[in-house]
Amino acid sequence: MKNRVAYFGVFVALALIFSYVESLIPFHIGIPGVKLGLANLIIVIALYKMDVKSAFLLSITRVILSGFIFGNLFSIIYSLAGGVLSLIVMAVMKKNQGFSVMGVSIAGGVFHNIGQLIVAMIVVETYSVAYYLPVLLISGLVTGLVIGIAAGEMLKRLTNLRIE
Amino acid sequence: MKIEVKKKDLVLIIIIICVALCAYLSHQLLKETGAGDVIVKVDGEITGTYDLNEDQEISINNGSNLLEIKNGRANMIEADCPDRLCVHQKAISASGENIICLPNKIIVEIKSKTESGFDAVAN
Repeated sequence: MKNRVAYFGVFVALALIFSYVESLIPFHIGIPGVKLGLANLIIVIALYKMDVKSAFLLSITRVILSGFIFGNLFSIIYSLAGGVLSLIVMAVMKKNQGFSVMGVSIAGGVFHNIGQLIVAMIVVETYSVAYYLPVLLISGLVTGLVIGIAAGEMLKRLTNLRIE
Repeated sequence: MKIEVKKKDLVLIIIIICVALCAYLSHQLLKETGAGDVIVKVDGEITGTYDLNEDQEISINNGSNLLEIKNGRANMIEADCPDRLCVHQKAISASGENIICLPNKIIVEIKSKTESGFDAVAN
């Protein structure tokens, strides 16, 4: 319990910085709604270095803070749905031993998009939004892959980091 | 740099690609092309139905968005929301395609005329 609060603060700050950095990158490749999800990198690290509860708290804190700073109420609702769903899936997959960091991160990326799609369906009250599913699945796969590779490399170098 | 990949990771990737492919193919098979109606919904309620063959400009939601129908294609040309994703989206023409503006809760949908024998009221 010694350094937990300090590390939690550092993680929140990092996630916020990543959200900011991401808003600077013009990542518009003609597909609306596709983002790299750099902040998810921190969530994955927290999931492996801390516990599910802390990662959950971190994710929600991150979404609300970055929503107030960079977005609006709408983006908070969407990010929250995506963040919570992706974290639940990632936590379950991490418990189920057979997946590496990459697999966990890919599932996180894909389910982040699915969560947002579900909210979109509820908000606009139509199911035809579902035709966008393939695009979101593949983009979630690609961004999850990139984040997973980065997280794997980070975790390899963070073996000395102990959060108690 | 050695990347750790487990067997289940690959299975997961393949499953996701398969699901995406199936969803894409089923959408391609189900959608019909050709003339149809442009249906504009605001907050889930239909506010107007327009002919896709008639060139016109439609102001939606008291002017927050401007929809253009030209050469059998519908395109959002103006929006007052900050990200303007609906404006950046391509023009739509086939049945089942849509343009969505989430901040203003607007859906523009194409519906083929041959799809249903009932009129808009009966539907």
